[in-house]
Amino acid sequence: MSTESEITVVQGGRVIDPASGVDGIRSVVIREGKIASVAERADAPAGARIVDARGKWVTPGFVDLHVHLREPGQEYKETVATGTRAAVAGGFTSVCAMPNTVPANDNTSVTELMLARAAAAGLARVYPVGAASKGRKGEDLAEYGELKAAGCVALSDDGSPVMSPALMRRALEYSRAFGLPLAVHEEDLHLVGKGVMNEGPTATRLGLQGIPAQAEDVMVLRDLSLLELTGGRLHICHVSTAGAVRAIRDAKRRGLPVTAEATPHHLTLTDQDVAASDYDPDFKMNPPLRSEADVKAVREGIVDGTLDAIATDHAPHSPEEKTLEFDAALNGILGLETAFPVCLDLVRQGILTERRLVEALTISAARCFSLPGGTLAVGAAADLAILDPGLAWVVDPVRGHSRSRNTPWKGKRLTGRCVETLVGGRRVHRLEDSR
Amino acid sequence: MNAEGVQRAVQRISHEVLERARAEGSLEGLALVGIRRGGVPLAERIRAEIGRASGVTPPLGTLDIALYRDDLSHRGAAPVVGPTDVRFPLEGRTIVLADDVLYTGRTIRAALDELVDFGRPRRVWLAVLVDRGGRELPIAADFTGARFDVPEGHDVQVRWRENGAAEDSVVVREGGKP
Amino acid sequence: MIGRHRHLIGLEPFCREEILEVLDLAISMKEVLSRPVKKVPSLRGKSVVNLFFETSTRTRSSFEIAAKVLSADALNWTAAQSSTTKGETLLDTARNLEAMRPDVLVVRHSASGAPGFLARNLGCSVVSAGDGAHEHPSQGLLDCFTLRERFGSLEGRTVAIVGDISHSRVARSDLHALPKLGAKVRLCGPPTMIPQGVEQMGATVHHDLKTAVEGADAVIMLRIQHERIGDPLIPNTREYSKYWGLNARKAAEWLKPETVILHPGPINRGVELSSDVADGPNSLILDQVQNGVAVRMAILYLLAGGAGEGARAGKV
Repeated sequence: MSTESEITVVQGGRVIDPASGVDGIRSVVIREGKIASVAERADAPAGARIVDARGKWVTPGFVDLHVHLREPGQEYKETVATGTRAAVAGGFTSVCAMPNTVPANDNTSVTELMLARAAAAGLARVYPVGAASKGRKGEDLAEYGELKAAGCVALSDDGSPVMSPALMRRALEYSRAFGLPLAVHEEDLHLVGKGVMNEGPTATRLGLQGIPAQAEDVMVLRDLSLLELTGGRLHICHVSTAGAVRAIRDAKRRGLPVTAEATPHHLTLTDQDVAASDYDPDFKMNPPLRSEADVKAVREGIVDGTLDAIATDHAPHSPEEKTLEFDAALNGILGLETAFPVCLDLVRQGILTERRLVEALTISAARCFSLPGGTLAVGAAADLAILDPGLAWVVDPVRGHSRSRNTPWKGKRLTGRCVETLVGGRRVHRLEDSR
Repeated sequence: MNAEGVQRAVQRISHEVLERARAEGSLEGLALVGIRRGGVPLAERIRAEIGRASGVTPPLGTLDIALYRDDLSHRGAAPVVGPTDVRFPLEGRTIVLADDVLYTGRTIRAALDELVDFGRPRRVWLAVLVDRGGRELPIAADFTGARFDVPEGHDVQVRWRENGAAEDSVVVREGGKP
Repeated sequence: MIGRHRHLIGLEPFCREEILEVLDLAISMKEVLSRPVKKVPSLRGKSVVNLFFETSTRTRSSFEIAAKVLSADALNWTAAQSSTTKGETLLDTARNLEAMRPDVLVVRHSASGAPGFLARNLGCSVVSAGDGAHEHPSQGLLDCFTLRERFGSLEGRTVAIVGDISHSRVARSDLHALPKLGAKVRLCGPPTMIPQGVEQMGATVHHDLKTAVEGADAVIMLRIQHERIGDPLIPNTREYSKYWGLNARKAAEWLKPETVILHPGPINRGVELSSDVADGPNSLILDQVQNGVAVRMAILYLLAGGAGEGARAGKV
């Protein structure tokens, strides 16, 4: 077990740190849990722990802006401990935990509970996201000051949209007092209706009720328009449609303070995968998998920076909630342990550069919520991911670290895996140890 | 058996049926029912011959026994079902059931079960072109064209011109099952 | 169908030959229904369980009669809507039933994909009697049978399907089968009732009833639900009936003398179809019902009539 007073040298790996513009073979020296130096050569002092990273990538630990840790209240699906274990296994050293817990995180107690659990687990750093409205009911503002003081880094009613434009306006305005970004889950519930998958020819063929892309677009357009009125910081969660990407690109061009994220599945899967899976509820999530044109636009959005970050929307559910007929199954899939190889595939296809991939998972994400981390700059906390981009493995949900198993990549062969993770210089994950 | 032999056998059967029907006074109530597919040409020819010889042409029906087989659970796939066509009432009639080859007797058992679901004939006679022995049920033919003792593991095939053969023949080959 | 399929979940995976196989067999089955003794021993000792999560007297009875004519034992199991937090899940219900070793499970459910889900998780053969808006394969087959009986062949024929296509599993099954038999399909309804991308399934779309049915050889009218709460697709049935309903006057003016009328039932008389057309000389609606039993007999025979224990164990 490494301790913070040790000196660790991570040698021989390809360090990719977009925040400081580094991409090449470097040695990273860690002292007292912080980055001491990143240089082409480093002499390892006596007693230093050497980590051999030859053939691997060394990046800042990934920052996930959007995970559901399910604690308090739904520990049967996941806990802070199991969720952060899955996170570090996937190379994520910081995760933002959404407030749709039971009870909702609209108060100090729940925030403090999450932080206490995270500290006890001692794995990934957890940054709670507080609710935007009391109980996430979309009626009254939550206490943003309290939430910030307790440790929340952003506000969201995620899982639910804020249907009332009036409340959304006030939320944006009030959040300005505390400098907290408002992370929004965009869907107009009236347009969604009883829909369970993307509306289109595939839904027609499968006989499933469809959710039109416009259900997301109208809300994105609404909230960007409100942002013009109110100012503040708007962050659009899990962008999935071409219309939304277009609107965000336009808004940024006009200088509006908006950031956005996309999930690995919205970058790589389409509604046709629902059909191909034969109604498998592990392909059911919200927003749903969209059309090829939408996926293309989301990819372009990540490439050109319209969409700042990749965030997993890791949403564990128990088998009782997923092994049902499609209509009845809950929305959501796991994402922490598969994000890297799934997105790396886009690099292999020439759609994304390695630099941009790492950037979207690290510094760009951190900046959305003004989080520390996402960088290997000297003096930064030594949160690192050591990744083997060529390691092939078969996804076995039973052996994953999450308490749940709902992943569409079950049984699939993926290439790329995190082999070691350090948080504050401590090793919190090593692939061989967890086999 | 060659074509000539088949024709002679058919003629003999037809006249035997006619004689017996006359003797028992049931010529008017006679009807022929051929079991698909091999028994149908036999039934047609007997019918034509009786018509020629007596001036009275009995009605003709065809029976497909697929739905009445006793071995459905043992076969891999459900057997193909062909059309059954019995348009005349059976009550009071003497039905001459016709099949090309009599072997285990199971086909005839199935045919009898099916026939009885159409009505209650006065009596049923069985006419076969070839009796090859190997009975598994107590079934006997009333009119037989020829008797061959064919060992197991051999197939007896009757080829009829009506079913597409170049000429009539009865062929014994290795292989095949009942 | 033989060998290749253990289940009948939909007509989408069936090729033309397989569809014709079922239709040809149904001819023999229909003949059995015309006999004085309407019973054949083919499925004696086999059991057919009807697991209906949506009430339906006609389809269920049709399958029940079909099973009984084939001498199978038929059991009806009506379950309340499954997979609620209060009730048993769909899988639990089906597993409980499977413990009684049925040979065929006939399932109707409001969730698309439910029969397929059961087929993957159970050992017996599964026949879909309708799932959500996905498919109603036995209805599709009996529609084809009825039309083929009337026209001899469907090659080059035009069939118009009128109604709430977006929610219709019958329309989808018809759409999978009819083109494979050579027919052209026209779909008709108000724009709110035509689902996205349905042209890709091989049909042309019309919003005007007249252009949809003119020159068609057959018109299949679908039932319009009186109300669909929360997401109204039409203002009311009165307006629907005026623009998309079929009555004697429209039939006389727009249809050919030999155009036939079909409806999967139950009919909302006066809404999509007037009584005089429903009961008129060109209506094949009652033939559909009769043919339904024959077609379902053919389906049950093909799925349960062959493989016994040994053969079943070897199949996927």
